[in-house]
Amino acid sequence: MTVSLRSVGYRYAGASRPSLLDIDLDLRDGEVVGVAGASESGKTTLALVVSGIAPRTIGGQIRGKILLDQADVDDWPMHRLSERIGIGFQNPATQLSQVAGTVFEEVAFGPMNLAIPRDEVIDRTWHALEALAIDALSERDPRHLSGGQQQLVAVAGLLAMRPEHLVLDEPTAQLDPAGTRLVADAIAALAADGVSILVTEQKTDLLARIATSVVILEAGRIAMRGRTGDVLDDPRLEELGVAETSAGRLRRLASAAGVGGARLEAALR
Amino acid sequence: MAGGDRLSDEARPARGIPPSLGRPGPTAYHRLNPLTKATLATVTAVGAVVLGGVVGPVGLVVVAVLLPAAIAGVLPQLVRTGLLLSLPIAISAFVVNLFFYPGAETVLLRIGPITATAEGLAFAIEILVRILAISGAVTLFYLTTRPSDLVVDLERRGVSPRIGFVTNASVQTVPAMVDRAQQITAAQRARGLDTEGSVWRRIRGVVPIVGPVILGSIAEVEERTMALEARGFTRPGRRTLLWSPSDSRTQAIARWALVIGLAATIVARIAGFLG
Repeated sequence: MTVSLRSVGYRYAGASRPSLLDIDLDLRDGEVVGVAGASESGKTTLALVVSGIAPRTIGGQIRGKILLDQADVDDWPMHRLSERIGIGFQNPATQLSQVAGTVFEEVAFGPMNLAIPRDEVIDRTWHALEALAIDALSERDPRHLSGGQQQLVAVAGLLAMRPEHLVLDEPTAQLDPAGTRLVADAIAALAADGVSILVTEQKTDLLARIATSVVILEAGRIAMRGRTGDVLDDPRLEELGVAETSAGRLRRLASAAGVGGARLEAALR
Repeated sequence: MAGGDRLSDEARPARGIPPSLGRPGPTAYHRLNPLTKATLATVTAVGAVVLGGVVGPVGLVVVAVLLPAAIAGVLPQLVRTGLLLSLPIAISAFVVNLFFYPGAETVLLRIGPITATAEGLAFAIEILVRILAISGAVTLFYLTTRPSDLVVDLERRGVSPRIGFVTNASVQTVPAMVDRAQQITAAQRARGLDTEGSVWRRIRGVVPIVGPVILGSIAEVEERTMALEARGFTRPGRRTLLWSPSDSRTQAIARWALVIGLAATIVARIAGFLG
């Protein structure tokens, strides 16, 4: 199953110029596509367009074609698309439903909306909570959790919907290293189960770990794309406003200091 | 975490919903169906207005508010919260009626150009009792019922999830905005905003707090809408419910009896049987 973007452009309602231009992208089963770029480069807009929220929910003008398994989704309503493509945002507070009294109900909110049988909703909810190691929080009030815990709850809510395709807009922005690892593990596990995932991220170390390919955006256009290692090791990254990975920085500094060789590469692996 | 195997459907014992979901309340009153408690609160509030006078509403407060609150063990909280909610409006309504009741002739007290009248005092007491009955009934409901329980029960009865969501979210918005206001107040104080001292200083300190609270809430609406859409909220048809509050035939009969009793009281009031 594939999500394909063909020459897609998008302009927000009331904006004088487009925020995305000529985007061609394929998101295939089990593939994790990382999206990086400087601020205002179009990362969040791309996430909104792929998930269908732009323009269905927020308006604006879209050009080009978005295909889901070769089918044009242009006239699909949002609730139909949400059964196939999930999206998570970076601010956990706005992702909570505000009506769930417990973390369990919050995570179950999506599957409940899709009218999935009760036993399956419960099973999916426990799986998602355990995948992110937050099952101990199941009876807590989600509004009284820390920002990082809320983000894990929000991601668990997406996992419970079991979408075929998942779009995550900076999902670890408010997470500590341990929380980031949990989300990275969950993404890797979902990809292993065949889910295709598009992740926008500033943390290139995370992309280096989970992405099969990386796209770099600049002013709404794709400036660079390719296999993760090739793109993240490219010296032009800095010009495009993307931080180099820790391993890349270490290699560069070691090389400048005349240190390196097989032992360094072995340690980095 | 071995993410791959934790996400897959391996054979393991099936787990139900967490114990706290749908757990019966601590007292017999808590354990009543949410719709029964909502019906009692509505009938008490409307009944106090329809009955008029003092004796009827006071009787309602005793029987339908104070007695159940004592059974539920929430009487102290009820008195505290009920008074906090109703005092501002009760005091202003009392004062206005006491001093400015139109057509009153029996002067009790004269303070400069204004006079307190006996007719005004009688009407002010009637208004006060009605306000206490309304605030007491509403407070008792919220002290003994989780809003989400009522929403689940209404959904089970076929009410649109959207109506339930709007009702529940509206109630939950108040504490959320209080939390946000506290965070913004702390942040503004850390940057030197003076929110203590004279009344004028406090008033000046409110502006930089109210602005971000309201604008921030408005800005979040779009993100919340997107998140809800992405979680299938706009899908037509009924949702799956994980549990529903217990109900009984006796409670259903009691609810109908309350509604019919209220309707009869309204008819009696309109027909002039209640004076």
